[in-house]
Amino acid sequence: MISYIFLQHYWWMIVSLLASLLVFLLFVQGGQTMIFRLPGNESQKTMIINTLGRKWEFTFTTLVTFGGAFFASFPLFYATSFGGAYWVWIAILFSFIIQAVAYEYRSKPANVLGKKTFDIFLYLNGALGPFLLGTAVATFFTGSYFSLNYMNNVLWATPFHGLEALLDGRNIALGLAVLFLAKTNGLLYIINSIEDEDLLIRARNKLIFNSIAFLAFFLIFLVSILLSKGFAVSGNGSIVMENFKYLHNLLQMPVVLVFFLAGVGSVLWGIGTSVFKGRRDSIWYTGAGTIAVVFSLFLIAGFNNTAFYPSIYDLNSSLTISKAASSKFTLTTMFYVSFIIPFVVAYIWYAWKSINNRKITEEEMKEDVHVY
Amino acid sequence: MIENVDLSLVDWSRAQFALTAIYHWLFVPLTLGLSFIVAMMETIYVKTGKEEWKRMTRFWMTLFGINFAIGVATGIILEFEFGTNWSNYSWFVGDIFGAPLAIEGILAFFLESTFVAVMFFGWNKVSKKFHLASTWLVAIGANLSALWILVANAWMQNPVGMTFNPDTARNEMVNFWAVLFNPVAVDKFLHTIFSGFLLASVFVMGISAWFMLKKREEWLTKRSILIAAVFGLLSSLMVAFTGDMSAKTLAKVQPVKFAAMEALYDGSKDAGLVAFGVLKKSDEKILEKKEVKDFAMKIRIPGLLSIMTGGSRDVFVPGIRDLISYGDSVRNILSISEMMQRGLYAKEVLNDYKRAKMLNDKEQAEIIKNEYFGSRTFLEENFRYFGYAFLNSPEDAVPNVPVAFYTFHLMVMLGFFFILVCMIALFLLYRGSLQKNKWFLWVALLSIPLVYICSEAGWVTAEMGRQPWIIQDLMPVSVAVSQISPGAVMTTFILFAVLFTALLAAEVSIMVKQIKTGPKH
Ligand code: HDD
Ligand code: HEM
Ligand code: HEM
Repeated sequence: MISYIFLQHYWWMIVSLLASLLVFLLFVQGGQTMIFRLPGNESQKTMIINTLGRKWEFTFTTLVTFGGAFFASFPLFYATSFGGAYWVWIAILFSFIIQAVAYEYRSKPANVLGKKTFDIFLYLNGALGPFLLGTAVATFFTGSYFSLNYMNNVLWATPFHGLEALLDGRNIALGLAVLFLAKTNGLLYIINSIEDEDLLIRARNKLIFNSIAFLAFFLIFLVSILLSKGFAVSGNGSIVMENFKYLHNLLQMPVVLVFFLAGVGSVLWGIGTSVFKGRRDSIWYTGAGTIAVVFSLFLIAGFNNTAFYPSIYDLNSSLTISKAASSKFTLTTMFYVSFIIPFVVAYIWYAWKSINNRKITEEEMKEDVHVY
Repeated sequence: MIENVDLSLVDWSRAQFALTAIYHWLFVPLTLGLSFIVAMMETIYVKTGKEEWKRMTRFWMTLFGINFAIGVATGIILEFEFGTNWSNYSWFVGDIFGAPLAIEGILAFFLESTFVAVMFFGWNKVSKKFHLASTWLVAIGANLSALWILVANAWMQNPVGMTFNPDTARNEMVNFWAVLFNPVAVDKFLHTIFSGFLLASVFVMGISAWFMLKKREEWLTKRSILIAAVFGLLSSLMVAFTGDMSAKTLAKVQPVKFAAMEALYDGSKDAGLVAFGVLKKSDEKILEKKEVKDFAMKIRIPGLLSIMTGGSRDVFVPGIRDLISYGDSVRNILSISEMMQRGLYAKEVLNDYKRAKMLNDKEQAEIIKNEYFGSRTFLEENFRYFGYAFLNSPEDAVPNVPVAFYTFHLMVMLGFFFILVCMIALFLLYRGSLQKNKWFLWVALLSIPLVYICSEAGWVTAEMGRQPWIIQDLMPVSVAVSQISPGAVMTTFILFAVLFTALLAAEVSIMVKQIKTGPKH
C-alpha cells in the first residue's frame, strides 16, 4: 500500500513541478511586456508577437492545470486562498482573460477594439500576470490574514481580501523578481528563435538590465526569507514561529539544497553565456535553472513540517500539506492519473519539435498561413 | 456553517457565475461540433487530394480558431470561480469535485492546445497524415474536456460515490467509478456533446445557406451543407433520445426539478405531457409563500407523461405539492418535510460531535463517530439530507417554475424543429433543388440564433431547475458562498459583464467579416 503521507508529499511535488513549469513558460508574458519598445520596426514586432503567440496556449493551459491540480490535491488551500484573497486572484484572472483573445484577434479585420487595444492587453497580461503570481506565491512564506472556523470555512481578516499582500516589501520583491525573470527568459527565447541581426542586438542590450533587476529582487527576497522567522509545525501539531525556518529547511533537506544551488547556477550560466559569449541557446540553461529554483522554493515552503499557507492572523489556521490534502482515496486515484503525465510531456515535445524546426524569419512569416 | 448569509451576496455570486457560464457556453458547443466537421472535411481532402476540399477545411477552420480563442478565455474564469465565489462548497466537496477538473487539465486541455498549434501552424511543416491526425485529436480533446467537466457537474445534480468525514467536515470520495458512471453523468455527457454537434451542424448549414442566397461558392457550400445535414440529422436524433434519457433519470434523482419543468403541481395517474403551454398567475399558494402558476392555455398529449416516466398510463406522476407532503412511494422518494426532519437531525448530530471535540471530550466524540458517522444507516437515511437542515420551509426546495417550464419547453420544441430542418435540407439536396428554395435557405440561416438560444435554454433548465441546491440535497447555494462583501462581487460582476460583452462584440464582428470575405483562394 502507498502511505497517505507519501501521497501528500507526492502531490505537493506535482503541484510544485507545475508551478515551476509555469514560471518558466511565463517567458511568453515577459516577451509581451516588450512588444512596444524592443522591436525597431513593424516587421520585427510581428515576428516577436508570432514567436510568442505560438506558445501562449501552453502557458495558459499550464496555469489552468496548476489550478485544477491544486484544487484536487489540496482543496482546503483552493477554498481558503481563492475565496479569501479574492481580489488578487480576480486580478490574475482578468490579466489572463484578455490575453487569450489578443493574439487571435489583434490583426483580424473588423476586430472592433482595434489592434492597439489588443496589444495593450498583451502588455498588461505580460506585466501583471507574472508580478501578481509572484506576489501571491510570496505569501506562502510571509503569511496572510485569515482564520478557519470549525467547518473549515475561511474568514478573511482584512477588508482588502488579499490586496494587503502588496504592503509587504518581501511579497513585492518576489513579484518583481518573477516579472524580471520572465522578461529575461522572454528575451532569451526571442534570441533563440528569431533570425534577425538587428533584433538580436536590441534584445541583447535589454538583457543586461533585466537580468540584473531580476537578480537584485530575487536576492532581496531570498535573504529576507532565509533570515526571517518561518511557520513551523511543532511536535503536537500546533504552528509555531521558528527562527531561520526556511534556512533550516534548506540545510535539513540537502537534496533540495543541491537542486536549488544547481538551479541558481544554471540561470547565471545561461545569462552569462548569452551576455558574454553571445550564445543563442541560453534559454535552455535559464529555463532549466528556473524550473529547479522554483521547484525547490515550493519544497521548502511545504516540506519538513512547514505550513505552506500560513496565517499571521490565527497561527493555528495555517495550512500544512497534511491538513489541506484531499482524502487518501482521491490522492491515490490521482496518483494513477499522474502516470499519464510522461505521455503528455512526450507528445507536447514531439508536436513542438515538428512545427519548430525552423527559426522564424520575415520570409517564414509571409509564407505561413496562420499569422497573428 | 455560516447561518446568517447576506442574500444579496448569494444573488450576486449566482449572477456572476451564471453570466460567466452563459458566455462560456456561447463558444463551447461550436468547438465541440465544428472540430469534428472540420476533421471530416480534412479526411476527405487527404483521401481525394483535391485542393477544393482543403480550401473548404481551411475556411471552417478559420472560424473555428476565432471561436476557440474566446472559449478558452471564458473557461478559465469558471474554474477559478469555484474557489473565489463558492469557497465553502470547494472545501465541502473539493475532495470529489476537484479530481475531474484536474484530470480534465492533464488529459484533455493539453491534448487540445498542443494539437491546435499543429493544426494552425503545421500546414506546411508536417506531413498531411500527421496534420489530419492532429485535427482529429483536437476534436477528441475538446470532447474529452466536456466529459470531465460534465462528470463534475453531474455529481452536483446527483452526488454519489462518497462518504462524509466529520473530522474534516467534508465529503470524501470512496468510489471513483461511481462518480464517473453516475447515470446523470452519462446522460449529460451524451446529451451535451450531441447538442454541440447539432449546433455546429446548424451553424455550417446556415452560413452555407447564406452563401447560396448570395450565389457564391456553390461547389463548396453544397458539400458543406451535405456534410452538416447528415451529421446534424444523426445528432439531432441522438439529442432527442438522450434528452428523453435525461428526463427519465431526472424524475428519479431530482423529482422536484422534473415537476417544475412540467409545471405540475398536483400529480395524477394517466398524467398528460404538456407539449405547449402558457402560464398565468393564480391566487393559490403552494403552501404559504410561493404562488402556484396556472395554465392560461395548453396543448396536452394525454397519458404520455405517465408512459414516459413509468412505462404505463397507470403510473402516478407526483406534482410539486405531492412531493412536499407525501413524496413518491413508487420511486421511494421521501416527502420534503420528512427530508427536512432528517436533515435537521443529521445537523444536530454533527453539532454534538463538534461540541464534544471542542470540549476535548474524546470519549463522547468517539461514541458519536462510531455510532453515527460510522454507520451506513445514518449516512444513507439522515446525512444524505443534510442540506435540508438549512431550509426554512419545504417550499424553499421548489425552484422557479416558469423559468424551468419555459426553458425546457423551448428547448424541446426547437429540438424537433431542427430534426425537421436537417431532413428537409437532405430532401432538397437529393432533389437538387436546394438553391431554388429560397424560403428554406432563410430558415436555415435564421436557425443559427435559434440553436444558440436552445442550447443555453438547456443549461438554464438544468441549473436553475436545481435551485436552491448547489449540490442536490446536500448543500444549498446560500451555504456554499464565499464570505466577501456583496459590493465586491457586484463590482467584479460588472467588470466581467463589460469585458465579455466587448470581447463578444469583437468576436462576432470578426466572424462576420471572415464569412463575408469567404474562403481564400
Ligand atoms: C461543473 C459544474 C457546472 C457546469 C458544467 C455548469 N455550471 Fe452552471 N452552475 C454551477 C455549476 C456548473 C454552480 C457552481 O453550481 C452554480 C453556481 C450557483 C449555483 O446554484 O450553481 C451554477 C449556476 C448557474 C446558473 C445560475 C442559476 C441560478 O443561480 O439561479 C446558470 C444560469 C448556469 N449555471 C448556467 C450554466 C451554463 C450555461 C453552463 C454551461 C457551460 C453551466 N451552467 C455549466
Ligand atoms: C463550470 C464549468 C466549467 C469550467 C470550470 C470550465 C473550465 C474551462 C477552462 C479553464 C477552459 C480553458 C482551457 C484551456 O486552457 O485551454 C475551458 C475551455 C473549454 N471548455 Fe470549459 N469549463 C466549464 C464548462 C464547460 C462545459 C459544460 C463544456 C462542454 C460541455 C466545456 C468544454 C470546454 C471546451 C471544449 C473548451 C475549449 C475551448 C473552447 O473552444 O471553448 N466547458 N473550460
Ligand atoms: C428534442 C428534445 C430534447 C429533450 C427531450 C431534451 C431534454 C433535456 C433535459 C431533460 C435536460 C435537463 C437535464 C438535467 O436537468 O439534468 C436537458 C438539458 C440540456 N439540453 Fe436538452 N433536450 C432536447 C433538445 C435539446 C437541443 C436541441 C439542444 C441544443 C441544441 C439541447 C441542449 C441541452 C443542453 C446544453 C442541456 C444542459 C446539459 C444537460 O443537463 O444535459 N437539448 N435537455
